[in-house]
Amino acid sequence: MTPAGARRIGLRLENIDKRYGGLYALRRVSLEIAPGECVALAGRNGSGKTTLLRIAAQLVRPSAGKLTFSPAQTEAAPATKNTGFVAHATMVYDELTAEENLLLFARLLEIPEPAQRVESLLRDVGLFERRDSLVRTFSRGMRQRVAIARALLHEPSVLLLDEPGTGLDPQGVSWLAETLRRLRDAGSTILMSLHGESEISALATRAIRLDAGAVVADTQSGGNLRSILTFADA
Amino acid sequence: MSLLSNTTVLLGKELRTEFRSRELLTTTIVFVLIVIVLFSFNLNPTTEESRHFGPGLLWLAFLFAASLMLQPCFVREQNNDTLSSLRLSVSDPFAIFLSKLCANTLFLLLMELLLLPIFAVLYNVPLLGVFPQLILVLSLGSLGLSVTGTAVSAISAQARMRELLLPLLLLPLWIPLLLPGTEATAALLSEDPVLRWDWIAILLVFDIIFLTAVWLFGEYLLEE
Repeated sequence: MTPAGARRIGLRLENIDKRYGGLYALRRVSLEIAPGECVALAGRNGSGKTTLLRIAAQLVRPSAGKLTFSPAQTEAAPATKNTGFVAHATMVYDELTAEENLLLFARLLEIPEPAQRVESLLRDVGLFERRDSLVRTFSRGMRQRVAIARALLHEPSVLLLDEPGTGLDPQGVSWLAETLRRLRDAGSTILMSLHGESEISALATRAIRLDAGAVVADTQSGGNLRSILTFADA
Repeated sequence: MSLLSNTTVLLGKELRTEFRSRELLTTTIVFVLIVIVLFSFNLNPTTEESRHFGPGLLWLAFLFAASLMLQPCFVREQNNDTLSSLRLSVSDPFAIFLSKLCANTLFLLLMELLLLPIFAVLYNVPLLGVFPQLILVLSLGSLGLSVTGTAVSAISAQARMRELLLPLLLLPLWIPLLLPGTEATAALLSEDPVLRWDWIAILLVFDIIFLTAVWLFGEYLLEE
């Protein structure tokens, strides 16, 4: 896979609140993620990780606060076009084949020579032999590979990953870690929610912990980073 | 240009998934067929009676079939959160809406075209002479049903009790479409068939108003 990073984009979240009725999912979250940073987001279930990622992906509008990208994105090249997002759900169509799914999104993203890009990605994620199978016939891990391939189609400058290792076997996790390492080294900005330590968490250059929708820890030093991910200091 | 190319790609996806599963078309065709056949057996109408109440029956059947067809339109996108991946991929979110609108209009028209000959036979109403005019009326009506139905489907997809909400919101909204549609069809099925431009104009205005509204506010309908 060709590494991304022709454009380096940073994220800035200022005093972000997200309320669902009277319940705060996020409370005055302010973060600045520099271009090329790889940030691990930790926190217990319901701490606001997914909401934060969806706001960063511009899929959810915050109740208050501001999300900006640096350098500022133009309307002609909206920030969403530079973003790759892997969510809990696979975000692909069960009733299409792996190849049809990736071709669909490649064409929407207006990727030059989409068929070649899709073939290359299918080989990378180890699904080339099953490219004509409907996604609904895939195991959870195989679906996750298609989901990751979809997010990487346009070599995004910003990658937002919500527990990306879910369902992957050890080889899959190693492949994903290697891919993310290449993207990080090429200058992509990565924000990923994780639980505990893994090959993927080892890539993080910074760790942030959320608790009840607020940032309670933010560190770039190795030992502290590990303790944030494993809750050793909690 | 992006809007057009994105819409074309997404319309291809809509057609491919429907013709692969045939869920929507089969359900609605069977539904309308049952309604038409049951009324025919129950009332056994003469040609004169059919001219009187046939258009109303036909449009009511199409209305209920459309509410069945439009229900899963955006619900399908919720299953794997594919609406989010579409929103992240298209240049103009209106393309998502436009592709569904085109697909729904095509499916409705196809269903109507398949059922018109059966209606003509069972109700003894000659349609051949007015077929092109009838297609014009049905096309404008189907577009109106699809525009409003697709919009309401997007609203109700994220709601609880969405199966109840959709018809409750849609059926009153469709009354301004039902009246001119029925009247224009009745005028075409009468002994002296005539294309009533006044009713056609109302159908056209309905379509234009709702298309404009959806173009202006459609993006908000897709947000979480």
